[in-house]
Amino acid sequence: MSTFSYFPHTEDDVRAMLQRIGAGSLDDLYCDVPADFIYKGEYDLPDAMSEQQVRDFFRKLAGRNLSLKVFAGQGAYDHYTPSVVPYILSRSEFLTAYTPYQCEISQGTLRYIFEYQSMVCALTGLDVSNASMYDGPTAAAEAMRMAVACARKKNTVLLSATLLPNVISVVETYAKYYGTRIAFIPEKDGKTTLEALEAALADEDIAGVIVPGINRYGIVEDLEGFAEAVHAHKALLVEYIDPSAAAVLKTAAEWGADVAVGDGQSLGIPLCYGGPYVGFMACRKDYMRKLPGRIVGETRDAEGRRCFVLTLQAREQHIRREKATSNICSNESLMALFVTVYLSLMGPKGMKKVNELSYAGAHYLHDALLTTGKFEKVFDAPFLKEFVLKPLVDVKALQQKLYERGFFAALQTEEGYVSFCVTEKRTREEMDALIEAVKEV
Amino acid sequence: MRYYDRLIFELSKPGRCAYSLPCCEKAVLALPENLLRAQAPALPEVSEVDVVRHYTNLSQMNFGVDTGFYPLGSCTMKYNPKINEEIAAMPAFQTLHPLQDESTVQGALEVYYNMEKSLAAITGMKYFTFNPCAGAHGELTGLMIMRSYHISRGDLARTKVIVPDSAHGTNPASAAVCGLEIVEVKSNAAGLVDVEDLKPLLGPDVAGIMMTNPNTLGLFEREIAKIASLVHECGGLLYYDGANMNPLLGAVRPGDMGFDIMHLNLHKTFSTPHGGGGPGSGPVGVAERLLEYLPTPHVVKLEDGSFHIVKSAENSSGQVSGFMGNFGVILRAYAYILMLGRQNIRLAGRYATLAANYIKESLKDAYKLPIPTVCKHEFVFDGLIDDGSSTGKLGATTLDVAKRLLDFGFHAPTIYFPLLFHQALMIEPTETESKETLDEFIDVMHKIAAEAAQDPDILHSAPHNAPISRPDETAAARNPILKFQDEA
Amino acid sequence: MASVKEGLLYSESHEWVKVEGNIAVVGVSDFAQAEMGDITYVDLPSEGDVLSKDEDFGALESVKASSDLYAPVSGTVVEVNSALEETPEKINEDPYGAWIVKIEMKDPSELDDLMAPDVYSAKNSK
Repeated sequence: MSTFSYFPHTEDDVRAMLQRIGAGSLDDLYCDVPADFIYKGEYDLPDAMSEQQVRDFFRKLAGRNLSLKVFAGQGAYDHYTPSVVPYILSRSEFLTAYTPYQCEISQGTLRYIFEYQSMVCALTGLDVSNASMYDGPTAAAEAMRMAVACARKKNTVLLSATLLPNVISVVETYAKYYGTRIAFIPEKDGKTTLEALEAALADEDIAGVIVPGINRYGIVEDLEGFAEAVHAHKALLVEYIDPSAAAVLKTAAEWGADVAVGDGQSLGIPLCYGGPYVGFMACRKDYMRKLPGRIVGETRDAEGRRCFVLTLQAREQHIRREKATSNICSNESLMALFVTVYLSLMGPKGMKKVNELSYAGAHYLHDALLTTGKFEKVFDAPFLKEFVLKPLVDVKALQQKLYERGFFAALQTEEGYVSFCVTEKRTREEMDALIEAVKEV
Repeated sequence: MRYYDRLIFELSKPGRCAYSLPCCEKAVLALPENLLRAQAPALPEVSEVDVVRHYTNLSQMNFGVDTGFYPLGSCTMKYNPKINEEIAAMPAFQTLHPLQDESTVQGALEVYYNMEKSLAAITGMKYFTFNPCAGAHGELTGLMIMRSYHISRGDLARTKVIVPDSAHGTNPASAAVCGLEIVEVKSNAAGLVDVEDLKPLLGPDVAGIMMTNPNTLGLFEREIAKIASLVHECGGLLYYDGANMNPLLGAVRPGDMGFDIMHLNLHKTFSTPHGGGGPGSGPVGVAERLLEYLPTPHVVKLEDGSFHIVKSAENSSGQVSGFMGNFGVILRAYAYILMLGRQNIRLAGRYATLAANYIKESLKDAYKLPIPTVCKHEFVFDGLIDDGSSTGKLGATTLDVAKRLLDFGFHAPTIYFPLLFHQALMIEPTETESKETLDEFIDVMHKIAAEAAQDPDILHSAPHNAPISRPDETAAARNPILKFQDEA
Repeated sequence: MASVKEGLLYSESHEWVKVEGNIAVVGVSDFAQAEMGDITYVDLPSEGDVLSKDEDFGALESVKASSDLYAPVSGTVVEVNSALEETPEKINEDPYGAWIVKIEMKDPSELDDLMAPDVYSAKNSK
């Protein structure tokens, strides 16, 4: 008999329950399983640990990680997490609930998702948001499929070559199996240009175009004229955006995009070695019924009180099965709550300030690094918090030096540049120490 | 629980703020005007107290596992241990950037490697990827591996996947987005895959079969050995939907049954909290010969004992998520496995099965039990035996029973799934509920059945004690209101 | 008991067809609307769409269900009942009045594959 803290069964309980069932033993309950398949060997697992042993075990493991001051981005940004956010997220009424299938006792979840959708719409300027996706790259992949579904008979999606590398990789993977062709808009001087877009659109088969708002080099793209060009070919324009920067940059709607996707991680979600993050996806009203994922809507209960429900479910896998707009079921609901609480705390002014501080820090570091003589400028284009430089020193040695000083910076890109990122969390002292370290290489 | 009717936007008052950032007067955003938005986003302007009270009030309209019994079928709502949360919150994990050099994240990589070994031991698979973020994402990834296997062998005609009619809706949906054609195989009267119905479907165009075992009726597919050999003989692979793995935890290994690819839901079987709909984690396991098709990046152990990330591989299915999945969820599941250890694991699935059979046997006098055999972690009733229609009133449905349960402080079971029965009521108690809790639930279910027989109207108008009564879902779908609109 | 209107032809997938010269007026039967429950949305094709017999050309949605619409005959969509976009409940209220599309038939002999009211009625009462 077990004395394990997660199992409440006493010997008497088990006996009484077996008796009600009419079974002689727990193993009798597996009489429908062919005997060969009952695992008789010893499980190759560690001995059960006490809580204290588990804690010590993880402390030891954690000791093999280096916590560094993060000066890098490339899809994961070290923005500040206000203390209220993890506090609210730890409330077990939110944390230990399932998907809000029983709306009468899930109004907490449904309301915050409704608020989340409203905030995603506020950031993107678009009409409709879903309740969340896994992460930014998979949200982009869903947008790829959505574009193909909306275009009906066309089957190629254009990607800007300046999208983040992991966004391109994930979209390519999804496309390969979905049977959609991927083509690229080549970059020019680190940017996606209207000329290159128009040339790529000569292909008759284009269903959608995905371009970044801020690209892999940190450059803020100018998407003037993109929507007109894309719509002239009856294709969908999808913008991949950084939602933190979206609080100040021209919105997806202002650029004329039909769909906006991205990763909510930059809204203060801890880096946590890559996840959990949260993908978001919003679109213009015309495409509402092609939007994948869960959606929460407002209605009234039998007494006329305002309440919220999962709605437009006829799009989803549990109803449409193989004809659904997506296979997504569980998404990242708790992380949508994260984003909602974060944006409630920050408000429009806080978000502006985050961007101002990041901008100021990034430009200070950028200029100071150039004066060290260890780098050359690559692009002359507007950037916000992330930028690349061409290294004139050995990158491995540079990174090693920075690790030793407690910095994660100078992330090497596919093109051989090094990438830096500065958020509002980075202080002047940290930047100066980083610059000193660089000088020593 | 009590009704609270505010939205955060309605608490907003221009000039309030709830942020605390370092001050830096000189910080200005000097980007060109044409790249900036015309207006600030319509986010709320509230105080910190407003935020804390608002979300605390919202939480009080919610029901979680920590609130009470949550017998939601196919969702495995077991207790979520608190040590898991403590581990996942450790700064030495929370602050790691996913692109840090592998020499600086050896502890994190060891978590991946050890979890792969542990899950391999538990399931009889050989390798695992942790990159999928949820169960359906795992299904899609598993099917990508299945297709990659056939394609790399030049076996290009295999474009069909067989899915039982009792499968979770995600199975056919995942197959469709993976570019596969779905062929449905029927269940027989015993609720199991009909082997005779399966045989004619097998051929050189079959990529594989997706099976849930035990299936969504909670029944073990007894013919699995036969099915495995038939599918393998025709050149297909077997995919195991791990959503129902819980009763097999510590008892039966999918790998031993002949499955080639599977996913697990760490947010079901491995005790991580579901968070109101994620984050989950859907690791995918494969048999040894399928290693080369796993997605990248993938963590391996080198001869010197250090851990290394394989970033790309020739036959890999590719990258399926931004980095390496939901690391925070993987940490929680690992803490659970360490607590469970080799000693306790043997009882996990068995206790889950005990609880399900106990409820089934205790309630079959009041609810229709279409398939009376031993079940695994869950089972399905097909509505009430006496729905009260003999009183001359409209009979009580499964929906009514579900809503009435809320009045008694229980979450409802899964309803109207699987589709094989019109009044399906799918109950999954898990191993973490005490006999007293189960007895209380059984009593309430009997009470509801008695109410239905005497006066079904009590059920029709339920819930009576929840923060809201039944919503008008038709109006919500006909005239969608999907975001806050300031009436002013 | 669902009503079956005389003077129409019926498909296996529960569409009805009213023949007006070379035009097939298409809707769904009372049986189909009752099975769906409250219809919340009708996904309509565009005028000018060319359909083959049995091709799906749209869908009905309710809160808990979705059902594709299949072309009972081949031809070109010449008119769609766009009023249904705003008032999908018309299909519940008056299934034989709330037509969905008008198709200019390519091959009227395809009508022979459809069922007469008594055949359709007998089939659904089984």
